[in-house]
Amino acid sequence: MIAFWVLAPIMVVAALGILFVRKAVHAALLLAVVMVSLAVLYLALEAPFLFAVQIIVYTGAILMLFLFVLMLVGVDASDSLVETIRGQRVLAALGGLVLGLVLVIGVAQMSLGAVTGLEVANQDGNIEGLANILFSRYVFAFEVTSALLITAAMGAMVLAHRERLTPKPTQATIAADKVKAYAERGQHLGPLPPPGVFARHNAVDTPALLPDGTPAEVSVSRVLAARGVVRQPPRDVEEHERQQREQQLERGDER
Amino acid sequence: MTEYIVLSAILFTIGAVGVLTRRNALVVFMCVELMLNACNLALVTFAKQHGNLDGQIAAFFVMVVAAAEVVVGLAIIMTIFRTRRSASVDDASLLKY
Repeated sequence: MIAFWVLAPIMVVAALGILFVRKAVHAALLLAVVMVSLAVLYLALEAPFLFAVQIIVYTGAILMLFLFVLMLVGVDASDSLVETIRGQRVLAALGGLVLGLVLVIGVAQMSLGAVTGLEVANQDGNIEGLANILFSRYVFAFEVTSALLITAAMGAMVLAHRERLTPKPTQATIAADKVKAYAERGQHLGPLPPPGVFARHNAVDTPALLPDGTPAEVSVSRVLAARGVVRQPPRDVEEHERQQREQQLERGDER
Repeated sequence: MTEYIVLSAILFTIGAVGVLTRRNALVVFMCVELMLNACNLALVTFAKQHGNLDGQIAAFFVMVVAAAEVVVGLAIIMTIFRTRRSASVDDASLLKY
């Protein structure tokens, strides 16, 4: 019972968090909290097999699948707050409140009577007890499950498959394209210059300097350029070195 | 045992509200999972209440179905994302017109 009263508030708060967090990754982590707490509750409810399955299948497999897809779709994708149907959010919250009140009041009014407990059913061990029922009374459902799983696997493969519309570029065609670009636009044949070459600094955000002292734009990643964090080699770097020299002088004075 | 059922009802309600309000298809899917988990909690609670393991078997089957559903559902979300560059449920509205 202690486990329940400790975990129930955590679960409700985490579940409410799923409703309000903006980022999908945070929602996934909160869902993990709910699922692990639920696994512990299964242990308290004398279901050790479901405890293991809950952690392995739900928290381990399903949630990791969610995170994989989140990484593919883009972690930054957050909800838009624009309502497409007017008043839908308010109505949904109201409907949810009514549903919750009806369920909770209804459940609170019924009396379940004395708890039978699973001591008798679990006397040969929980897993043995489950296996006895699963492979006798529910054996047909168990067999049908295999059909369901193979259908799901096939469905996922068909949906994830993408036909290649253009032929794959080979090494020869890539080389031919490079030479063509050189002939037409004078683009350099060799690899791009790495950052920091001939510069005063070799950090990735410091562009290489050309022989005339101007920075080479192609030597830094386009991502850094888009974020606007590229340094201007002569000015910024000299400023940085001057500051370091001053700091060293100050330290020397203290000594 | 009633308090377990109440907790299960609360979690189910939160999941239902999440499905109705959230716009990101992945979060909607997570809320569906939350509802399934809430049902599982009720099933396991009733198994203990009545002293037989049928409820636990039912919860086990729910987990199997949920796993299969997640695989196909996430594949569909990925396919929609590849064609429409969006994971929002509002953008998949072609059937409306």
